[in-house]
Amino acid sequence: MRPDQSDNHADSPQTPSGRRLPARDLALIAVFAGLIAALGLAPPVYLFGGSVPITLQTLGVMLAGSVLGARRGFLACLVFLALVAIGLPLLSGGRGGLGVFAGPSAGYLVGWPLGAFVTGWIVERSRRYSIPVGLLANVVGGVLVVYALGIPVQSWRISTSTFVGTLIAAAVYLPGDLTKAVVSTLVTRGVRRALPTPAGPGRTGSDRT
Amino acid sequence: MSALGVYLPGDSPLHRAPAGAKLLGLTLAEAGAVLLPGPWSVGAALAVVAGLYAFARVPFRVAWAQTRPILLIALLVGGFQMFGAGVDRALVVAGQLVLSVSLAGLVTLTTRSADLLDVIERGCRPLRFVGVDGARVALVLALAIRAVPVVAALTQEVREAQRARGVTGGLTAFAVPLLVRTLRYADNLGEALAARGVDD
Repeated sequence: MRPDQSDNHADSPQTPSGRRLPARDLALIAVFAGLIAALGLAPPVYLFGGSVPITLQTLGVMLAGSVLGARRGFLACLVFLALVAIGLPLLSGGRGGLGVFAGPSAGYLVGWPLGAFVTGWIVERSRRYSIPVGLLANVVGGVLVVYALGIPVQSWRISTSTFVGTLIAAAVYLPGDLTKAVVSTLVTRGVRRALPTPAGPGRTGSDRT
Repeated sequence: MSALGVYLPGDSPLHRAPAGAKLLGLTLAEAGAVLLPGPWSVGAALAVVAGLYAFARVPFRVAWAQTRPILLIALLVGGFQMFGAGVDRALVVAGQLVLSVSLAGLVTLTTRSADLLDVIERGCRPLRFVGVDGARVALVLALAIRAVPVVAALTQEVREAQRARGVTGGLTAFAVPLLVRTLRYADNLGEALAARGVDD
């Protein structure tokens, strides 16, 4: 990580070294964990005339990486998973508790923080947020990385070959996730335009006094 | 299931057992569940778990709500395995799924979220040396729990504002103002925390 640019939020010269997170980062992490949860509470959005239901939770994961950057996006997802693990029914469909970490989709959940990290990492590499960069970051981090953990665990738990597991993932999740990658890119661009100064994290000179 | 969580209040020995011990037991049991050799041992383990649910006095309705989703998946998976790998294998795979998820669910049903939060905070203590501060972890988790209803209310606000203006735009038109409000809330929260000396 380039400490000069990668984590260039307001008041934290000490952060990139991995010491204490400043209050503002704690707030952003907590509130984004809340956002991921709130997006799961919202009823699913239906695409293509209601044929494809999309829950927005993984959109929240992509946005966490895109908007907060690698480190804080990772931590926001981790905090969200911690809330699920202690029994809050925050996964879409009102699921929660330790059971979800023993089920077949546990790998996808564990993939969320890493996916957000990779998404944020890619975004932080580029000087300005363009559509191609955003798409690349969201697809690689939010889809590929999450699947790279989700599919093997799923295949193991339901005892199929990885190939069959990949087919299942591609058929069930991929259309929705690619749509969310596009939405996340557009939303991130919109947010960066709307908030040039105050909370636009991951920008150079996002200083707020 | 209450609005606050999946926890089911009760006074059984399972409820009163320390959260850390339950988590440790769960981890060991989950590891053991994977090693069960055949349908009979999986069936016996399932019977034990059912006995534990009864021992914790979990009403059937609650236990059913907890296991129903995984039962559906297990049925699908079992049916699929039946063709590829035979009946024995299908029973083992489906049974192990139900076993491990219902066992984890039992810990969740009998353990208060606050007690699990304590376990997380204590679990962070050894991580002090890599820069993880248990008190700050607990603070973030508490703030996040508080943020869930706040952000949920913000989504409602954005929806209403859009309806009032007759905007029927897609997901992007909804999510951008939501994110802007969410980030503003985070900024205010961050300032409030700094003002209370969190950074000192």
